[in-house]
Amino acid sequence: MEHANADNRMQPEAPLIYRTKLPVRIWHWINAFSIFVMLMSGMSIFNAHPRLYWGQYGANFDQPWLVIGNHGDRGFVNLLGLELPAGGLLGVSSEGARAFPPLLTIPSHYDLAGGREWHFFFAWVLAISATLFLLYALVSRHLQRDLALTRAEMRPSHLWHDIKEHARLRFPTGEAARRYNPLQKIAYLAVILILIPTVILTGLTMSPTMNAAWPWLLDLFGGRQSARSIHFLCALGFAAFIAVHLAMVVLAGPINELRSMITGWYRLPQAKGPTTIRTEDAA
Amino acid sequence: MTIITRRNALIGGTGLLLSGCDRIAASPSVREVLTLGEKATRTAQRIVTDRNALAREFTRADLSPVFRENGTRNPGSPDYAAHAAERFANWRLVVDGMVAQPLAMGLAQILAAPQRSQITRHDCVEGWSAIGQWTGLPLGLLLRRAGLSGNAKFIVFHCADLYDGAPYYESIDLVDAFHPQTILAHSLNGQSLSIGHGAPLRLRVERQLGYKQAKYVMRIQAVSSLADIYGGKGGYWEDHHDYQWYAGI
Repeated sequence: MEHANADNRMQPEAPLIYRTKLPVRIWHWINAFSIFVMLMSGMSIFNAHPRLYWGQYGANFDQPWLVIGNHGDRGFVNLLGLELPAGGLLGVSSEGARAFPPLLTIPSHYDLAGGREWHFFFAWVLAISATLFLLYALVSRHLQRDLALTRAEMRPSHLWHDIKEHARLRFPTGEAARRYNPLQKIAYLAVILILIPTVILTGLTMSPTMNAAWPWLLDLFGGRQSARSIHFLCALGFAAFIAVHLAMVVLAGPINELRSMITGWYRLPQAKGPTTIRTEDAA
Repeated sequence: MTIITRRNALIGGTGLLLSGCDRIAASPSVREVLTLGEKATRTAQRIVTDRNALAREFTRADLSPVFRENGTRNPGSPDYAAHAAERFANWRLVVDGMVAQPLAMGLAQILAAPQRSQITRHDCVEGWSAIGQWTGLPLGLLLRRAGLSGNAKFIVFHCADLYDGAPYYESIDLVDAFHPQTILAHSLNGQSLSIGHGAPLRLRVERQLGYKQAKYVMRIQAVSSLADIYGGKGGYWEDHHDYQWYAGI
């Protein structure tokens, strides 16, 4: 509270608005935790066979499109036949040959069964919480009202403007900051409507039982090994989202952003400098 | 007073975090909770999967150019070596446990029985897959011939090989045992099974992962509970490395 007061004294005009509803906040943190566990236990599982293929089958004698391996104590990443040095970061670790190092995996030592237990428990947490969130977002119109792009926002000129503003690290202030900006909406929609469903479906496609139950899964993704590759690319997508998301939180004001995702209350950032245009209180 | 530099704090912090994470990961109560995931998966998969839903069958054009051998490549025991030298002419598959009529079948008898041939994908728990054509005797047929008891719940496969010094074995429930694609395969891609692939007989249970596909099957035992078999968890990997008994994903 003291901090909020200090903020108030410095910027008496900055209003605190209730921006993030409770179900969104709950899902955000459950999902954030599940995604971290899934990424880390997923890397544990990947370490058991650090090669990716396209098609129905793929094993050691077949042609992979991605390999994380090592020549002795020098790790490498082989992407589409092009070998890139990875030093001591990937392919080799203090524990010997490891695609991903102990710091990134759950469990930290090589334990495929343990990694699978974590992965498949949190897969349920992720899938159930994402389904409930999506239902809530549709019924409460959070999806249509706060996340969907407006017709104006979909115009290329508008998006281009938003990209330029992001590149200059200039973020919306005042009333414009009440709503998510277009790039932010696209990033959230990509996670909610593309990455999460795809990662769940490609995960199921790797299950031999689910292939028998729902054979269309294999046709949808072009085979089990393709599904495994797409699953990995989704994981990369999540990692990229997390990196950008955290960077944006830091740049936009971590205290304010964290508060809004914990308590729901968000302080509208004000434009800086003498050219400040006061927003109308009536809004 | 000690001065904690940021670097030391970072190194100490990650070390602490790492050991903390591992302590959580290794705690028996945490692992107990995590196994709920496997139970939920088994229940959900059994609900959405028809008892007789078939694993995808492929064509000869889809065969893996090289089918990778995995696990034990040769049981190596004198007994096994003797059978292999005779091309398993005097070898017998034993079917016993909770059956009305225990059986001891030679390879010729197995080959004379009705056969099923299928081109399916083998999925290792590690992540790789290989496609091969398997031919063999449907397990359901064998169990009916032996007169499986109504009280039997699991079928245990005892193998000729020791893995890391412990006997390899596996087990499945009756849903998988009577599945039309569950066969005791004696040939791969039209050739008698090589020693590397589990000669003379290996299990194919096509809706499960690779470690369930027991090689070098010597004895098939019908039981009502897995508790008294070796470590009690239903298989070598389950007993020794905490692998999930239900390998549905």
